[in-house]
Amino acid sequence: MLKVDSIERGIVIDHIAAGKSMKIYKYLNLDEANFTVAMIKNVCSKKLGKKDIIKIENVLDIDLNVLGFIDHNITINIIENDKIVRKVNLELPMEVSNVVKCSNPRCITSIEQEIEHKFRLVNKEEKLYRCIYCDHAYDPNKQDL
Amino acid sequence: MLTGRHLIDPMDFSVEELDEIFDLADQIITDPVQYADACKGKLLATCFYEPSTRTRLSFEAAMLRLGGQVLGFSSSESSSAAKGESVKDTILTIASYADICAMRHPKEGAPKVASVSSPIPVINAGDGGHQHPTQTLTDLLTIRQLRGSLDNFSIGLCGDLKFGRTVHSLIKALSRYENIRFVLISPEELKVPEYIREELEMKPGVDMMEIEKLEEVMDSLDVLYMTRVQKERFFNEADYVRLKDSYILNKEKMNLAKKDLAVLHPLPRVNEISVEVDNDPRAAYFKQAKYGMFARMALIMKLLGVESC
Repeated sequence: MLKVDSIERGIVIDHIAAGKSMKIYKYLNLDEANFTVAMIKNVCSKKLGKKDIIKIENVLDIDLNVLGFIDHNITINIIENDKIVRKVNLELPMEVSNVVKCSNPRCITSIEQEIEHKFRLVNKEEKLYRCIYCDHAYDPNKQDL
Repeated sequence: MLTGRHLIDPMDFSVEELDEIFDLADQIITDPVQYADACKGKLLATCFYEPSTRTRLSFEAAMLRLGGQVLGFSSSESSSAAKGESVKDTILTIASYADICAMRHPKEGAPKVASVSSPIPVINAGDGGHQHPTQTLTDLLTIRQLRGSLDNFSIGLCGDLKFGRTVHSLIKALSRYENIRFVLISPEELKVPEYIREELEMKPGVDMMEIEKLEEVMDSLDVLYMTRVQKERFFNEADYVRLKDSYILNKEKMNLAKKDLAVLHPLPRVNEISVEVDNDPRAAYFKQAKYGMFARMALIMKLLGVESC
């Protein structure tokens, strides 16, 4: 079995839906990171069957808000001195930029490539986001991230 | 404070801010001479990426009647959009010439994109099937002028309620006023979208009903808002032909209505209102077009922050 060491200090992003860790890696701009990052795929999980995990060493100040939009089941543990010192509760971000594209073919973003794709939270209970330009709803069931 | 603001969505302004615009429109209607030079030295750019004679002329008439001047284009072929210029670059260029811009674009959200970068007020003059806020201002001002208030009345909205953006905007705008009864009259295929119905149902005190036959409710309406069944909204010709004449207002139906009914229509009309209705004093759609110009005059003045002379 593959063994990945625990970290002494840093962030553990756990319960990522299996196969989604690469996207989270991208949205958190971890490809540009100069610190140690471990991405573990298809780990056995009681809760999810299989899951992905990302471990980030020695860095605690990453903006994780976008994860609330990507997957609400994700859990985040802040580790210091080998111990979990805090669990971060993910909140739905008020606005997300360039995470998903507007799928409305009539939206201005469909013809002007340089416009940021921005979605605003319009209903917290229903986790409903709409494009700030055309009001088209983002449907996570129909549109993959 | 409306000076320097944009108008992109009909709900961008509060009820109080709308009242400010309508109060000014009332004053302009009463004494237009007093406002004949209110915008002297100011330039309105009409950036119309798709043809719309009525809305563009209404904006231009509004600015000219305020003593201002207009410039612009009336199709994307006659603008730099044909060369691939972005909306952002266009508005930044226009802003160095003009003081305010009215923009129509076939793509939804284009005026919003312009407003994000624009140093001058941008007015959405229609973005595809999305929003047309100055039509909503027109509709509200017309009802206010004819009824004296925007509270306590029964409005029937008839025809294409599924794709009609003017209807969606009007419903949302009116749902902020007191004691409005909405009667939604349409064939099954052209009912209002679910989200509009849900929004209405969530508002406390809103009375709403949906029916298929106009004649069944004619006698209970204070305002009747007719809409065009647009050919381009249909996927096939057969559906269009089958439905287009479903909801035609004629003399016979008018005989069932209240004596003080006001019939509104965003125009252009095709055949959903029979020409025989035009001479009925309750037909208010051409008055409505005129109120549209007054609403745009008041809006331009408020966004530019200019006073009467």
